[in-house]
Amino acid sequence: MPRAIARSLPLSVASLASLALLAGCGTGSGGGTGSGAPAESDGSITVNASDTACEVSKAEAPAGKLTFQVANKGTKVTEFYLYGTGDRIMGEVENVGPGLTRRLIVEVPDGGTYTTACKPGMVGDGIRAPFTVTGQANRSVDTNARLAEATASYKRYVTSQIEALVPKTEEFVTTVKAGNVAAAKAQFPVARTYWERIEPVAESFGDLDPKMDGREDDERAPGEQFTGYHRLEKDLWVDGLKADSPAIADQLLADMKVLQARVAGVELTPVQLANGAKELLDEVATGKITGEEDRYSHTDLWDFKANVEGSQAAVAALRPVIDEKDKNLGPTLDRRFAAVDTLLEGYRDGDGFKLYTQLTPDDTKKMAAAVDALGEPVSQVAGVVTTP
Amino acid sequence: MSRRRLFGLAGAGAALAGAGAAIAGTVVSRSAEPAMRAAAREEAARDSVPFRGQHQAGIVTPAQDRMHFVALDVTTTDRAALVDLLRRWTRAAERMTAGAEVSPLGALGGNPDAPPADNGEALGLPASQLTVTLGLGGSLFDGRFGLAGAKPAGLAELPHFQLDQLDPKRSGGDLCIQACANDPQVAVHAIRHLVRMGFGTTSVRWSQLGFGRTSSTSNAQLTPRNLFGFKDGTNNIKAEDPAALGDHVWVAPGDGPTWLAGGSYLVARRIRMHIEIWDRTSLAEQESIIGRQKGSGAPPGKPGEFDPSDFAMAANDGRPLIGENAHIRLASAAANGGAKILRRGYNFVDGADGSGHLDAGLFFICFARDPHRQFVPMQRALASQDDLMEYIEHTGSGLFAVPPGVGPDGFWADTLFE
Repeated sequence: MPRAIARSLPLSVASLASLALLAGCGTGSGGGTGSGAPAESDGSITVNASDTACEVSKAEAPAGKLTFQVANKGTKVTEFYLYGTGDRIMGEVENVGPGLTRRLIVEVPDGGTYTTACKPGMVGDGIRAPFTVTGQANRSVDTNARLAEATASYKRYVTSQIEALVPKTEEFVTTVKAGNVAAAKAQFPVARTYWERIEPVAESFGDLDPKMDGREDDERAPGEQFTGYHRLEKDLWVDGLKADSPAIADQLLADMKVLQARVAGVELTPVQLANGAKELLDEVATGKITGEEDRYSHTDLWDFKANVEGSQAAVAALRPVIDEKDKNLGPTLDRRFAAVDTLLEGYRDGDGFKLYTQLTPDDTKKMAAAVDALGEPVSQVAGVVTTP
Repeated sequence: MSRRRLFGLAGAGAALAGAGAAIAGTVVSRSAEPAMRAAAREEAARDSVPFRGQHQAGIVTPAQDRMHFVALDVTTTDRAALVDLLRRWTRAAERMTAGAEVSPLGALGGNPDAPPADNGEALGLPASQLTVTLGLGGSLFDGRFGLAGAKPAGLAELPHFQLDQLDPKRSGGDLCIQACANDPQVAVHAIRHLVRMGFGTTSVRWSQLGFGRTSSTSNAQLTPRNLFGFKDGTNNIKAEDPAALGDHVWVAPGDGPTWLAGGSYLVARRIRMHIEIWDRTSLAEQESIIGRQKGSGAPPGKPGEFDPSDFAMAANDGRPLIGENAHIRLASAAANGGAKILRRGYNFVDGADGSGHLDAGLFFICFARDPHRQFVPMQRALASQDDLMEYIEHTGSGLFAVPPGVGPDGFWADTLFE
């Protein structure tokens, strides 16, 4: 669980109808170098940019795909922007050197008032003018269908994990209650694997997570005690089983069944999927590579592996939409997930992993570098899937 | 506005206001500066420095007040990924140098569901004379990227100098980036972004912040002081002396591989100063160890800071006025076969050392045409003979080849990779 419980994503019951709202804003595709000639005949809009002026050949266009041919007639490197409300960038083309022409293609589905701007010298607010978009373009039905399939597919994944999590927890709880410490220790990291794969979903239930996955030094309301996985972990590895250990174990299982029932009713949005994928890696960076999560058992690498698998599952569900929007991101994600996998496989020990206490600073540095490398492209997924 | 500048301006204002303050003004010459000149300097401190040119900026650029230096390891073996990063870095560094956000989407213009493209900590700050300078370490030429044949001789490892206490966690690196600016936030913003862009290709090996320049690299600048309280870099090579730069700083076409022509070498040394011990040393001994007068910076027996040192001059007792082991003598061009270096270091205080002392010192940076001919003999002499060694300790080290400047359509180190 994260250090700040309140950080977990607000996973309210959202309907799939909200998908249409996702196509709100984002950047258009920047174009390559164009011919340099005014090209109004093909419907494109000419922009003559100089050091002091920004002449746009039209001030109005119908909604849909807009093409701007930006010619730099000035002496400074310039940029051209199409802004929406609140200076949200609908599209931009940068690094237009003196004498060059570059093309900007931007998808504007909604009518309204926009702003064009040239930015000679790359700084400041730019030379601006209003730009009107009329009518309404049809949104891609395909994209919405793919997004709906992505959330449905990830929901199936979460369901499958919790279906395994409940019996694995039951098995662990039974072993604890039987007083079989050695067997319980072996089952602990295995049961947690299913939990860690869907951690952002589990964490979204703010009343359950502190009871099930809280840490000893978390702040609690008066009268609330340290319970859940980590309390049992401490009993098994440090203190020995106590008189109330069976009750703690029973409570964990009861909470798990409540979680299962609630997850059945959850509806996820694509942004929540993408952010969940990112949060799982944040968990790895702040909780697992530091050895904080499983501080008594030192089985952090099991959780590390499970977090990465969960992140990969969420990204995989969104993959058709990612590929539609950004052809480079998917292959980068593949490479970076593979690099983390390869690295982790090097720390295998039998069916499980080496203990955190067996890692050197050089090991954790390599892990941090691999997770940073993966975290950057994963953090781009939410923006990419919500680009119109 | 830096505190130093604030001080200078306040001093100037006070000097205009009354005679009493004018007396105080004679103590620090800078505070006697006319207010209008100080204002012009303030304005210049906010300006931008051209990124592209024959040589990289940040070498002969008048030394800015602040520095953030980072050494990185390349974590990929994919040459194309490294070249792609160098291209993207070039673009980002050029933008930030101009005072622009790292990319057009910036901190606020992008999709609200995506992380901001620019982290935003430099929003509203001027260019602040930011320069970003790239260096390549010897380890980059180990064969991972097919560069083994292109390694210049100057990147041969530095020898172990006497009394070196080098920490491997503060030494070496495949790449280095030096960001200097008159606002520390601007320098940190630049490094932080380049590090972020590098995830998956590079990883930070070590990093150093510097808060006050210890060298002047232009005749237009006053000589600053290091944490020992002495003016440092009085005899530095200056931007206004192209002949000296050609002799001592820029790698010439015949010096080694063609790709480095117009470049230089950067030597970084993290020098811990035992300031607590130094502060208990008498003024006379401090001046004798350094070989300069603490107030004016002038050599002993001379009135002016820039008066040449007379190493033959004897004191009344017949001994040399500038001691045989004085820092200024051992570091002088005369003692080093005419060799000079361009110094561009910064003061640092990296918190405490855990033993009740400040972890303070000088982050020494120098640029040289051939570090093994210029820096190494000088440092060897200093390490073994300099009385100052009793008060300092070299705790980190790096040697990097600095590629030439970036052309109109070029990118960092393109002469090596293309």
